[in-house]
Amino acid sequence: MTVILLAIVIGVAFGAVLDRVGASNPSYINAMLNLTNLNLAKSILLAIGVGSVLMFGGQMLGFVDVGHMSVKTAYAGVFLGGLLLGAGWALSGFCPGTGVVAAATGRKDALFFIAGGLLGAAAYMVTYPSWEASGMLDKIAGGKVTLGTIPGAKYDGLTAISGDILGLVLGLGFIAVAFALPERFVGSPAQAQPAE
Amino acid sequence: MPLNWKTGGLLLGLVFFAAVLLVKPIGVSTQFVILDGIVADAVSPNLVTQTDDGYTSTNAYLAKSNGKYAKAVSNPLNYSFVFVVAMMVGGFLSALARGGLSAPERIMPALWRVNFGDNQMKRYVATFFGGFVVLYGARLAGGCTSGHMMSGMMQTALSGYIFAAGAFAAAVPVSLMLFKKEA
Repeated sequence: MTVILLAIVIGVAFGAVLDRVGASNPSYINAMLNLTNLNLAKSILLAIGVGSVLMFGGQMLGFVDVGHMSVKTAYAGVFLGGLLLGAGWALSGFCPGTGVVAAATGRKDALFFIAGGLLGAAAYMVTYPSWEASGMLDKIAGGKVTLGTIPGAKYDGLTAISGDILGLVLGLGFIAVAFALPERFVGSPAQAQPAE
Repeated sequence: MPLNWKTGGLLLGLVFFAAVLLVKPIGVSTQFVILDGIVADAVSPNLVTQTDDGYTSTNAYLAKSNGKYAKAVSNPLNYSFVFVVAMMVGGFLSALARGGLSAPERIMPALWRVNFGDNQMKRYVATFFGGFVVLYGARLAGGCTSGHMMSGMMQTALSGYIFAAGAFAAAVPVSLMLFKKEA
């Protein structure tokens, strides 16, 4: 039962924060993806960095259970699936988590996204055997691997580098990139255009 | 207005950390499969069956990894499924706290309207198709923006980096092509 209580507390917090960083708004998602407003990218990079530093720091100090890590398998389909997800993400402005949150904030178009998503997931369930047979799901580079070797983890390291120190360094790197990234890459703000 | 990126990013990072500290890394897209399974199992009850040592399914995807998904379909009151329902509650409360969305924004986002006009059907067809491709892709990849990209890269998972490379390699060009005018 405790675990259900945690699901509610962390889930509510995650949904609320996704909404407050602007991730539930497709205009804000696409302003990131078309490189005109990178504030959301800065939030995401900072979040990955903060999460990483706290997790690896906590593991090194011993108060975060290394057994809580859950590393997914690497295979060619991860890249192909990423491409598909990316295209649909840009078109709709939603990804699975933010689409669900957006629907809850009152966005009607997000309901159509969820309906399409349920059909897409069902289509994958039906076509899964052919993907399996294609070899696209065969693990690459060891499958469930982390970039370094993390002491006490059930996952292998891609390299022999100390995984928790690498995690801290990369986490700090994400934070640095979040600060270094400009607010926009493409074009100039509308108000800066010279008058005709 | 969204939160300043520093505050927002810090809060988001704390949530991802809290999840891995207390339970396990955050992920969402699997629950679309679980909901499909729940609905399909209600329509045809033989889809998921209990065995001596767990659950299995006539669907190969639900049956994989020793019936992990089949088990979740049979027991919807599990951590990951309740988590996604709770996300909706959080989103709803947050929107309420900031005064809710305007009527036009509820129908479609401003940036879409500026680029494609206010034909509702066009927007709904686009989001339905987008949702199909996003979830098909997420399941092929084995995770989405939350599970693969954020939780994965945070843990220095190789798969998270592969996923993020694919997602942005498609998302940025498609977005640049579609959204030429700014809202």
